[in-house]
Amino acid sequence: MPLKKDLLEIQELNSDDIRLIIDTADSFKEVTGRDIKKVPTLRGKTVVNLFYEPSTRTRTSFELAAKRLSADVLNIAVSTSSVVKGETLLDTARNIEAMRADIIVIRHSAAGAPYILAKGLKSSVINAGDGCHEHPTQALLDMFTIREKKGRIEGLTIAIVGDITHSRVARSNIYGLTKMGAKVRVIGPATLIPLEIERLGAEVYYNLDEGIKDADVIIMLRVQLERQGKTYFPDIREYSMQYCLTRERLKSAKDDAIVMHPGPVNWGVEISPELSEDKSTVILEQVTNGVAVRMAVMYLLSGEKS
Amino acid sequence: MKLLIKNSRVIDPANNIDDSLDILVEGNIIKKIAKGIKAEGTAKIIDAKGKIVTPGLIDIHTHLREPGFEYKETIKTGTMAAAAGGFTTICCMPNTNPVNDNRVVTEFILSKSAKEGIVNVLPIGAITKGSQGKELAEIGDMRSAGCVAISDDGRGVMDAEVMRRGLEYTKAFDIPVIAHCEDANLSSGGAMNEGFASTTLGLRGIPKAAEDVMVVRDIALSELTGAKLHIAHVSSAGSVESIRTAKKRGIKVSCETCPHYFSLTEDAVIGYNTNAKVNPPLRTKEDVRAIKEGLKDGTIDIIASDHAPHAVHEKEIEFDYASFGMIGLETSLPLILSLVREGVLTLNDAIAKITINPARLLKLKKGALSEGADADITIIDPEKEWVVDVNNLKSKSKNTPFVEWKMKGKAVMTIVGGSIVYELL
Repeated sequence: MPLKKDLLEIQELNSDDIRLIIDTADSFKEVTGRDIKKVPTLRGKTVVNLFYEPSTRTRTSFELAAKRLSADVLNIAVSTSSVVKGETLLDTARNIEAMRADIIVIRHSAAGAPYILAKGLKSSVINAGDGCHEHPTQALLDMFTIREKKGRIEGLTIAIVGDITHSRVARSNIYGLTKMGAKVRVIGPATLIPLEIERLGAEVYYNLDEGIKDADVIIMLRVQLERQGKTYFPDIREYSMQYCLTRERLKSAKDDAIVMHPGPVNWGVEISPELSEDKSTVILEQVTNGVAVRMAVMYLLSGEKS
Repeated sequence: MKLLIKNSRVIDPANNIDDSLDILVEGNIIKKIAKGIKAEGTAKIIDAKGKIVTPGLIDIHTHLREPGFEYKETIKTGTMAAAAGGFTTICCMPNTNPVNDNRVVTEFILSKSAKEGIVNVLPIGAITKGSQGKELAEIGDMRSAGCVAISDDGRGVMDAEVMRRGLEYTKAFDIPVIAHCEDANLSSGGAMNEGFASTTLGLRGIPKAAEDVMVVRDIALSELTGAKLHIAHVSSAGSVESIRTAKKRGIKVSCETCPHYFSLTEDAVIGYNTNAKVNPPLRTKEDVRAIKEGLKDGTIDIIASDHAPHAVHEKEIEFDYASFGMIGLETSLPLILSLVREGVLTLNDAIAKITINPARLLKLKKGALSEGADADITIIDPEKEWVVDVNNLKSKSKNTPFVEWKMKGKAVMTIVGGSIVYELL
């Protein structure tokens, strides 16, 4: 089996693992483009989406990926589960496993939560985002999209802009992109850049125009609106004056630069609405690719032949 | 009951003794210390060849959890853990439920300890009512009921005016104020040290500055008031440096560190190991180096366990939700002895930091092997190798980051008031 039992983080993968997942996703993307978008790969398997945090995009993407692989899918959202009765995470997961789930996809607001499941369960565990730690499938679909658009990842200059401290997307992408040979820059207010991030191989910029200069790819991160008015930054207005990507500012990047965003976008805060229909913007393609990448991950974790 | 300890190496820093001596215990006191004491008919003879005999160890920072959190630890199980770790006296922090902020709770702890405890238990009272940091507790009354110090341990006293008055008011009672130095605004929401490890783990960090600024503040308040300030669980290089400077300037400040702050770094958290979640958090290699330097040059007077038991359901959960703290009574001694093997401390200095130094801080008539003193004695096998197995620990809780660690050195007999309360000989 090429992958281990679980996919918890990009940090533990090497470039061959990442290439394998992206290559596999290529063939599943072909499937999702067919009229009948379904293969029998995971027939008879059960995939459980265990979501402790609200999510539409990621949950739907995993659900579609599992269904297109012919798996049975169960969605559990925190508000409807027994979590409110005070059951521990491991107890909840053990109960799900006792019903013979093969793959558990977990999203949780606490960093490290998927590790508790991975350690305690025989089922495969996929991290669909844990606190401010990692979001491995998002980074994989971002890398897939970059390779699809640019033909390569190695040697590219990729800027990640926004709240780096609280972003699991940023961490997973920094790990993945540096492993694949890209140059990574992180850009944001100093209050939202975590300590010693340089040690992960990222260059730090506080100024957007300098940071995206000659970049091939710009990944804009979502700003958590609840962080304004605290001590991170004064307000959304000031944030957008400093860090909102406009058509004018985009000129300092390479001519063929692409703009990405894990969604959902706050238009006018992170990205100017004038770019929503621009050819540089590939946000919806990321969403399409997300399904193929998640199919690839589930396929590789299940260790089945298609 | 008479005990005669023979053939041992006696180390008693208080009396400047490091010699091969015999000790005769009669009733609850040390009757005689000399070479070649003749065995009398009724004395139980303890052959301590190859062992080290020290004054009973004293831990000034323990959480016994009773009353209120008996599912984590009780006075009975906590004192059993203490005895197994070589401690004959432990001081219990007031963050129980109810908080030990008045005579009634103090008396409960003392009476329960007299009945069920197997080592000496000395309560520490709260500085403020409910440890809320707002109104002073009845410090004088708790002192007369038996509290040996006051502290709002578990949280800092954020209001500098309250801390100032607490220090000032306590001067009348000649007991130290033990400060938990943490700026709650800086540490808010944090789960581990802020640094490279927190960045990679995506956990909210607690900066060293949260400790450093409060150490500086409390030193300033001690200077202002002339009160006796003791700083608990020093974990950062900045704290060590501030305390060193303050001592040079003659300010009445003392401090302790804990074995985990010189044995582990923030890397112990990697993998979301909740047993390494502790407050203040495990720091970096540079801090560990500074702590060892502080122990060596005497800036750090005392080593305390900060034994903080938590149940499985409070630890085997999401890192953010897990409780802070680790048990330590049964692992402290070997970790301290490893400092001796490393050359950080002499054996004499290491023993002093867990006997006479805490005794002097709290003005206890303990911590020395003097004739006529309480027969609190610990016999240590410095060569004994053992592996930490949570199933063999006496503590009710098992939250230790030292699981599976190979330890060297162990208390093999603990004698409290002339009675053997733990024996492995």
